[in-house]
Amino acid sequence: MSAVRHQGAAEAPALAIEVRGLRNAFGDFVVHEDLDLEVNSGEILAVVGGSGSGKSVLMRSILALRPPQAGAIHIFGQTIEPEAERQPELEQQAGVLFQDGALFSSLTVLENVEVPLKAHQPDLSDSLRQEIALLRILMSGLPQSAAHKLPSELSGGMRKRASLARALALEPKLLFLDEPTAGLDPIGAAAFDRLLKTLQQSLNLTVFLITHDLDTIVTICDRVAVLGNRKVLIADTLEKVAEYDNEWIQDYFHGPRGRAAAAAGQRTNGSS
Amino acid sequence: MTSSDAPIQASGQSGIIRLRGDWTLPQAALLEQSIVDWQGQVRQLDARTVDRLDSSGALLLIRLLNQRPIPAGAVQLKQEHQALFDAVVAAVDSTDEAIQPEQTPLWQSLFEQVGRAVMRVLGNALDLIGFLGLALHRLLGTLIGPRRMRWTSLVHHMQESGLNAVPLLILLSIMIGAVLAFLGATVLRDFGAEIMVIDLVVYAFLREFGVLLTAILLAGRTASAFCAQIGMMKGQQEIDAIKTIGLDAIELLVIPRLVALLIMLPALAVLATLAGLVGGLIVSVLSLGIGLDLYIERVSQSIQLSHYLVGLVKAPIFALAIALIGCSEGLRVEGTAQSVGERTTSAVVRSITMVIVIDALAAVYFMEIGW
Repeated sequence: MSAVRHQGAAEAPALAIEVRGLRNAFGDFVVHEDLDLEVNSGEILAVVGGSGSGKSVLMRSILALRPPQAGAIHIFGQTIEPEAERQPELEQQAGVLFQDGALFSSLTVLENVEVPLKAHQPDLSDSLRQEIALLRILMSGLPQSAAHKLPSELSGGMRKRASLARALALEPKLLFLDEPTAGLDPIGAAAFDRLLKTLQQSLNLTVFLITHDLDTIVTICDRVAVLGNRKVLIADTLEKVAEYDNEWIQDYFHGPRGRAAAAAGQRTNGSS
Repeated sequence: MTSSDAPIQASGQSGIIRLRGDWTLPQAALLEQSIVDWQGQVRQLDARTVDRLDSSGALLLIRLLNQRPIPAGAVQLKQEHQALFDAVVAAVDSTDEAIQPEQTPLWQSLFEQVGRAVMRVLGNALDLIGFLGLALHRLLGTLIGPRRMRWTSLVHHMQESGLNAVPLLILLSIMIGAVLAFLGATVLRDFGAEIMVIDLVVYAFLREFGVLLTAILLAGRTASAFCAQIGMMKGQQEIDAIKTIGLDAIELLVIPRLVALLIMLPALAVLATLAGLVGGLIVSVLSLGIGLDLYIERVSQSIQLSHYLVGLVKAPIFALAIALIGCSEGLRVEGTAQSVGERTTSAVVRSITMVIVIDALAAVYFMEIGW
């Protein structure tokens, strides 16, 4: 009976990520205290917050890269055991794009994408594995000629795309992105946003997106979670978050950059 | 015939194939096999009975259909799979023919490897000579204007590569001195000339081993450290930053390390020599039955200043070789983790080789001029 219910819950859970009562501290410095966060299945959630508010630490906790001092984390209804040596479920369900790409510098882009495939799908034939890896590269918007290049031979934007291709290698349901558009020019950043939205829709991904980029938030995100005071201040749609009474949030969304992004977002939405 | 749960099934109409089950990555290996095994003709796919589809599955659908471009209506899908399939088709359509990395025949690549190796050795030698000139020029500049010397950095490297190496160096030298005494005793006992063991240890350590041991230890310990430090800085663009601020990377990074070794290697060589003599002493007194006073008397008789100078004169040359090879390899790092590893290995191998080659040449030279 319980097995059946468990299976039913795994089939279509409303929550992709559930964080309850999380506490993270470095020595005396408390980053998170009693933090709760919910990420709905199939949405793009933007996580914003000032420098040092613990956005990356939160992501590392969810990915079990950092054991929290207290709290529970569930991914698609399954509890993450931070002490466990390996997390095969998590490894297959979550793709991660780290801040600087974290591509393996001595492997070509194609080989980089093949690494997770080799590790988790050892039965694949060489030709099919390469074909799948190449498909990921093409879907990430890279030209085929980039596949046999080393990461050091690519531009910053192309490295992000290569890293996205690797994150997507195992057909994850969850995608974690740490400032994907940082360091990209506005045109490159907008193209990356569009790519992300297209992939999210076609692959039916849930996206946990750490960003500072207001344009990204306005154009592609379904909900915004604001980190501050060691907690999630508010997690809701952009309109409701922007009205929330908090000095940092008001500065963030109604400062000159915030207004420009909102205006640009309205123009884009109006024209399309 | 095909069982009812096979992923690929004939529909009864010719050329139309019905697909079922999960077409996802975990099944990909099995699906690929059933595509290879499928003998019938394929014109249309009915994938409306597929339960789950991901992009790997979509890729396999395209492979099964094996037509480019894909005709409209050739693949029937569930509503929710359509967007994914279209995205995969768009990506696959953007490929040209598969680009295969070029394969060269084995004999050709053999020649290529040999040629590259020869050119690399020549290039390394040229680079080192160029770097030697550059470093000596800057060194001269700092000697004329000592205010350009980075004193803090110099002292730091003297401690790091000199002082911190002392315990290990003394231990090694005592060991080698003891081994040498044992070895000498085994040979000389037959001639009843055990007392000559002392001469052997004194000669060996004053002329060769004191400075050679120090140089080999520092080549392993310090050349690698120099290379990795400078290499990481190069990778993080720190060297570029130094240049844009208007500072000189050689003066800032190489000269303090070079001067630190020039000072510390001879000093360490003196310590190593003393420790080697102590090692010989321990063996002589404890196991050869030579008294302490006899040992000291014999040592002071056999020591000549020229022996000591023959050893010590090589120390600055070794220091120069180790520091220059370590730093120049560091400056050639190219930003990848692999490159740092390759360069560090190369720094250690080349500096140890260089030290031994110089030592051998010097030994022949001093022998010929009769010192």
